[in-house]
Amino acid sequence: MENLLNLIPDDTDRTDGILKVTGGATYSAEYKIEGLTYGVLVQSTIAKGKITVLETKKAEGAPGVIKVLSHLNLNNSVPRYAKDDNVTIDRNIQKVFYNDQVYFAGQPIALVIADTYERAVYAASLIKANYQEEKHHTYLEKNLENSISPEGKDYLRNEKDAYKNSEVYLEAEYHQLNNIHNPMELGSITANWESDEKLTVYDKTQGVFGSQKHYAGLYGMDSKNVRVIAPFVGGAFGMALHTWPYQDAAVIGAKITKLPLKLMLTRMQMFTMVGYRPETKQFIGIGASKDGVLNGITHNAWGVTSTYDNFTEGTVGGTQFMYKCPNVNTQYKLVKLDVSNPIWMRGPGEATGMFALECAMDELAFKLNMDPIAFRLKNYATVHPVNNLPWSSKFLDECYELGAKKIGWYNRNPKPKSMTEDGMLVGYGMASGVFNAGRGAATARVILDENGKLTIQSAITDIGPGTGVMMKSVAMDSFKMDAIQIIVELGDTNLPPAPTQGGSNTTSSVGSAVYDACTALKEKMVEVYNQSFGEQKVYDDFKFNKEGFNIKGKSFSYVDLLKKAGLKELEVTRESRSGTERQKYVFNSFSVHFTKVHVHPLTGMVKVKEVVCALDAGKIISEKQARSQMIGGVVGGIGMALTEEGVYDHRYGVYTNNNFADYHVPVHADIPPIDVLFVNKPDPYINPIGAKGLGEVSIIGLAPSIANAIFHATGKRVRDLPITLDKIAIWRD
Amino acid sequence: MSNQKHPENLEQDFTCSSRRGFLKATTALTAIALSPTLITKAAINHRDEKLAAFFEKIPLNIEVNGKSYKMETEPRETLLDFVRERLQLTGTKKGCDHGQCGACTVHVDGKRVNSCLTLAVMQEGKKITTIEGIGSGEKLHPMQASFLKHDGFQCGYCTPGQIMSAIACINEGHANSPSEIREFMSGNICRCGAYPNIVDAIVEVKNGGQKG
Repeated sequence: MENLLNLIPDDTDRTDGILKVTGGATYSAEYKIEGLTYGVLVQSTIAKGKITVLETKKAEGAPGVIKVLSHLNLNNSVPRYAKDDNVTIDRNIQKVFYNDQVYFAGQPIALVIADTYERAVYAASLIKANYQEEKHHTYLEKNLENSISPEGKDYLRNEKDAYKNSEVYLEAEYHQLNNIHNPMELGSITANWESDEKLTVYDKTQGVFGSQKHYAGLYGMDSKNVRVIAPFVGGAFGMALHTWPYQDAAVIGAKITKLPLKLMLTRMQMFTMVGYRPETKQFIGIGASKDGVLNGITHNAWGVTSTYDNFTEGTVGGTQFMYKCPNVNTQYKLVKLDVSNPIWMRGPGEATGMFALECAMDELAFKLNMDPIAFRLKNYATVHPVNNLPWSSKFLDECYELGAKKIGWYNRNPKPKSMTEDGMLVGYGMASGVFNAGRGAATARVILDENGKLTIQSAITDIGPGTGVMMKSVAMDSFKMDAIQIIVELGDTNLPPAPTQGGSNTTSSVGSAVYDACTALKEKMVEVYNQSFGEQKVYDDFKFNKEGFNIKGKSFSYVDLLKKAGLKELEVTRESRSGTERQKYVFNSFSVHFTKVHVHPLTGMVKVKEVVCALDAGKIISEKQARSQMIGGVVGGIGMALTEEGVYDHRYGVYTNNNFADYHVPVHADIPPIDVLFVNKPDPYINPIGAKGLGEVSIIGLAPSIANAIFHATGKRVRDLPITLDKIAIWRD
Repeated sequence: MSNQKHPENLEQDFTCSSRRGFLKATTALTAIALSPTLITKAAINHRDEKLAAFFEKIPLNIEVNGKSYKMETEPRETLLDFVRERLQLTGTKKGCDHGQCGACTVHVDGKRVNSCLTLAVMQEGKKITTIEGIGSGEKLHPMQASFLKHDGFQCGYCTPGQIMSAIACINEGHANSPSEIREFMSGNICRCGAYPNIVDAIVEVKNGGQKG
């Protein structure tokens, strides 16, 4: 372990900030390309069956229409599709317009390509489909008996269902409906075949290399002939972790017409075409001794997936290791329904699972007449209970303390329905969160030019967390440079490889690559210096500063060094990845959320009044943006807790609320002041920069903290998300 | 929030002589075109390309970011698609196309409007201001600078709409407290959840006595 970063809390602005506030940031549907055409998708109106008639003639004849693409005329034009009879490729991506089968309501069944957007929209309205309908199933609760175990076997540590033998125990069921990512930028793609063998895609993706591989695979092309460009991604939260049929439709459409094509989904299409956090039902049985020592936990979950993929997530994983508990068994099942495929949504299954576990912990603490924090600390795990390894770092206990102090936890009256303020019932709740702290292989290139400017390159995307400024902060620290001296380039397959942005591992992976590349560049400078001046200095003789370096009292600027060496630039590319430390330690980030709510005593309307989050995410690299990311997770969590639910009309298998007026994401008026507290202690083993990542733990634990606060305010346990006022039903008391 | 006119006032929007001439000349064609069977036949035979082109070109005089444009617009083209697709002013964002998210907020004669909910053809003689018209990298508008300082965005997609709305919010006199700002900014959704930072940014501009 070399020296860790020595960052001081900084307020460096985002590298792309000026472009974003001036409208200069170009997202994937905003590139000006000569001869651009517009694609509009037509969707199935039934949930299951077969297309018997697809009437496209009127659309084909409508003004400005260039092509109507569907299963009727796709034929075998996509080699990868024709290769086998599976309806998906790359494990789980549905082939678009592959056959006459309908697997869910809202499935794309045709693409209209026209010379203007308005003409494409109009022509799409002329397409009519007849179907041979089959009985569909979209109701989780009624299809539980058809569930499957995707992971083969269930988890068992010691005795099964041991909670039942505890002095105090509870059993409870939890449920939540679909949450839809709904980033503000609609799913968008601009596909441009520069020749039959060369494709450029401006894509909404969290990983340019994943997209590149997929598109190249469609036509059996060499990846180097597919360039994917995504310097700006207007939010994703998981929905752009892999490509979707709409993107294939655009790439295939552009290939067939030989014209550049832009396709932007509608907000309604965002509900069925790009995944969602699946509806999940959970059961928790949990028991402890009278003095609060956990004895057993049983956690079973049933998640929704489509008929064509076994989408799985870590819903019950956290329960296996969150607390020191001798007996734990978990079961994870999938219920395959006639719906589109889910995809990981921020804090994915872990957020779903921790909702159940952390509500149950609160409820059991209440039964035990213990403080919820004291109960958690009593069962605090210091060794990972599943694999018996130590954590690389774990400051969850400090998080409890920091957050409790800030929100005034111990000043509250813990008795439910005991506190009021301004005529409202007052409740305080808390819950903890945990997520894997990963580190993927990533590469960064660092270039010092003759003007003393440093350019850092990596293909990583920045979907909003401020990846660019993170990369810049690492380089600023390494070279002791000012922000203005550093340029960041990202989001392009022409740049050095990086993993897909997701799962809270970007900073750990790419930040480390930038760190290693910067270190290597400094070593190269030493080499260049020795060659240029005929000396034998070593790395430790060099003290790097803003303009250059100092060797035993003598100052040299970067500009001078390059001039002396006769170089226009110095460049280093480094790959960075995890090593054997992964066998010795378990790596996790931790968070604790505290919330204060007001509940209206008559209507049950909930207003979140204050949120405090404390987290252990290792070293915080760019504090200003890390704080924003935490706040963002809290806002998402407030939606998950109180307002967000994708509601089907099961008679037709269609959404009833697939728009922003009916699917309620939090707005300004819903959001209180949010305090973010960082433990900010570097993890000594995870990577050279000590950062663990925080994208997921920002939301994991937020929903249960609100549910627990509502219990404190009203004495009502609501175990069904979102907690709308009808579920609190306070007027019945 | 919208300055859209009542239907009975719409007529006065069509006083420009070229438009009146256009309407008169097309009365007969309108009658033909609105007959569904004819339209279908024409469509199948591709005969309506010319007819369509005629209908799709309505003269429009419009000022955007201080620059006058003499253009033609399809009557069904929204102001949002007009600025994005025709003028390449892509700073104005499409987030829902239904007036539910505010990402497309622009100023029409100084008032904030969801540009997806109004047609370009209705803006004859109007002054439109988009995010590109209020400041640039060299000289940011105070609201842009404040958003940057307070990190009032993450992915940046809702940002132009938030900024245009924020400027109008102050000018309307609806930024007198954080809670009032939250209320009057609730038409602008930010899915990344930058809300607290956005409120801080607006408060600072308001306290600085700056106006849009």
